[in-house]
Amino acid sequence: MPMKVGNQPFFEGVDKAIHDSFMVNAVSSAQDGLRGRKLSATVGDEALGDWEEWRSSGEEIRAHTLNHLDYYLKQLSDNFSARGGHVFFAETAEQAREYIKKVVKEKNAKHIVKAKSMVTEEISLNEALTEEGCEVLETDLAEFILQVDQDRPSHIVVPSVHKNRQQVRDAFKKLGYEGSDDPKELAGFARKTLRKKFLQADVGITGCNFAVADSGSICLVTNEGNANMVTTFPETQITVMGMERLVPTWKELDVVVSLLCRSSVGQRLTTYVTDITPEPDQEAVDSPKDYHLVIVDAGRSNALGTEFQSALHCIRCAACINVCPVYRHIGGHAYGSIYPGPIGAVLSPILGGYEEYGKLPYASSLCAACTEACPVKIPLHKLLIRHREKYVEGGGHPPIMEKIAMKGFSIGASSPFMFKTGVKMAPIMLKPLVHDGSIPKGPGPMKPWTHGRDLPEPSHDNFRDWFKKRHQEKKTSQDKGMSEPL
Amino acid sequence: MNGTIENRDAFLKKIAEKLHHTPKEVPEKLHWLHTPQESVYQDYSSDQLVDMMKKACESIHTKVYQTTSKAIARQLDQIITDYGAGKIVATKDPRFTEFGLTEVLEKYKIYSWDYTDGHVTIEKAAEANIGLSICDVMLAESASAGLFTDKNKARSVSLLPETSIVIVPQSLIVPRLTQAMQMVEDRVQKGQNLSSYINFISGPSNSADIEMRLVVGVHGPIKVAYLIVSDL
Repeated sequence: MPMKVGNQPFFEGVDKAIHDSFMVNAVSSAQDGLRGRKLSATVGDEALGDWEEWRSSGEEIRAHTLNHLDYYLKQLSDNFSARGGHVFFAETAEQAREYIKKVVKEKNAKHIVKAKSMVTEEISLNEALTEEGCEVLETDLAEFILQVDQDRPSHIVVPSVHKNRQQVRDAFKKLGYEGSDDPKELAGFARKTLRKKFLQADVGITGCNFAVADSGSICLVTNEGNANMVTTFPETQITVMGMERLVPTWKELDVVVSLLCRSSVGQRLTTYVTDITPEPDQEAVDSPKDYHLVIVDAGRSNALGTEFQSALHCIRCAACINVCPVYRHIGGHAYGSIYPGPIGAVLSPILGGYEEYGKLPYASSLCAACTEACPVKIPLHKLLIRHREKYVEGGGHPPIMEKIAMKGFSIGASSPFMFKTGVKMAPIMLKPLVHDGSIPKGPGPMKPWTHGRDLPEPSHDNFRDWFKKRHQEKKTSQDKGMSEPL
Repeated sequence: MNGTIENRDAFLKKIAEKLHHTPKEVPEKLHWLHTPQESVYQDYSSDQLVDMMKKACESIHTKVYQTTSKAIARQLDQIITDYGAGKIVATKDPRFTEFGLTEVLEKYKIYSWDYTDGHVTIEKAAEANIGLSICDVMLAESASAGLFTDKNKARSVSLLPETSIVIVPQSLIVPRLTQAMQMVEDRVQKGQNLSSYINFISGPSNSADIEMRLVVGVHGPIKVAYLIVSDL
């Protein structure tokens, strides 16, 4: 599974993650830093005016674009190809991989450099090209670290957030690094190692933050300068984009880029905002001569026309991840998807199905902090609830015991006699499990609950009896001419 | 020559079906209810924009100098010395001559980008200590130099050398990205030529990927300086 991270079941991943104290500390401190910077650059920046207006603008632009996605994709592809670029529409991850492999083979390319791209992670592009005998190098510092250490991303903006500097140093030792664990020295090593690779590469591969339909342009939002290297020196440029990542014109690009930079890392603009429009016949020595754009569906269309369509409005800023209390405690890998956090829990089941990702919507306290943080107003917590509903309605395959329990409850609750008997029996049945007024270890479906907290002992009184008794007392008082009991 | 488009019809047909509309349905003319970007920094004077840009430079590790068109040559000479001179490349831009900088270029034997020299130009940029460019627009809010690159105003100049010095004509300072994007959109609407690589650069390259510690200078320049020249 291309999107999948690790092979362990969701709850096992969670158990493992919450005991990884370094990771939990690193993630909470990264969350605090990123959230603080976001707040300063958004609601805290008075010069910007009303941040809610910006959010509404983002929502409006994304909703309009998605509602007319076919129109804008046609316009984008017409304009990209009118300037000499080649466009390939890939319905599946496999089609995208096969097309890119074909281009690479035709070029007889052996050296490939890549800028950070979640969609290429999603389609397992590196593995496919490596199998073809190519050297594929990630050049974003975090992705480079993960590649050297054969690890996977745990955050969509800071993919190596779970690693500490000693781990990075140890990973770089595999490449002959002998220096300290000072981040500056480590980054200097990456600069030196990758500089010659950029200049030698045959093909550069990037993702796409946004495409602009009316000019056929691609916009990349970065900080390290690696994406500029990747799109400057190789003769062939391949851009892979999720099919929803576009805007109608440059005027809307302004808004979404502003929202992205401020919401993701709290910068007014990232160090590089680079807009590339194909121009293959030019005489420039430092620009590609061949441009390819691969537009990927890979499950995105499952959301179109459904209540989940707004999930495709996402601009991948990770603001929802940076405020999520669940992500804070379990980190990214526990989600088992390259898209973690609230947006990952909404998106992964859409792209990969309930069978694989149906439990992710439960990784939420439904506190709605994600919805409040989203710069394009995706109602994330509501979508999480809808996923849960669909999952138990049979969209996924919930565990058989859970199904039997729910069925049993449904039969019991619909018969007044059985319900009454059940309520009366509960304190008696659970009595052996009670210690000091609570149940610390419950069996079967109660187990996950009591794993984290005690279950209160069921009361011997119940509402119906209490209500009946109260009614009788009231009647007696009235008969005696007394005032109504409180 | 047009490029190819593969697999489009079926792909778009599926989307149209899912969205419950007929293929080729054209959206109504764009009309947005929310346009907050249009009202920010509207009444700023040119001097206020300069102040805003200088302030923005503080948070992006970028040194900013200001000079007049008369003193620019002397000031640039000084900055080059401050940054260690050595090998220098510059974009091929007629504005260097217009600003009277020919003598400075000659004094430091600055290589003026010439695409007809072929691949050697890239090697020269990679070896250079300083890259010298003139911006096409400057965004005051974020202190971003907009470079509309082409075969002469090469992208390597502001990317490969350790230090990037960008001359900023004061008349080209606009409030924010909004105005720059409008400039580009106007060109698109008029069918005018579009730079294949429009780059907004805000200071030196950087990364916080290791333990969220900021490292300034990753793959692009390690140091960036702006020289504002009053040309109004």
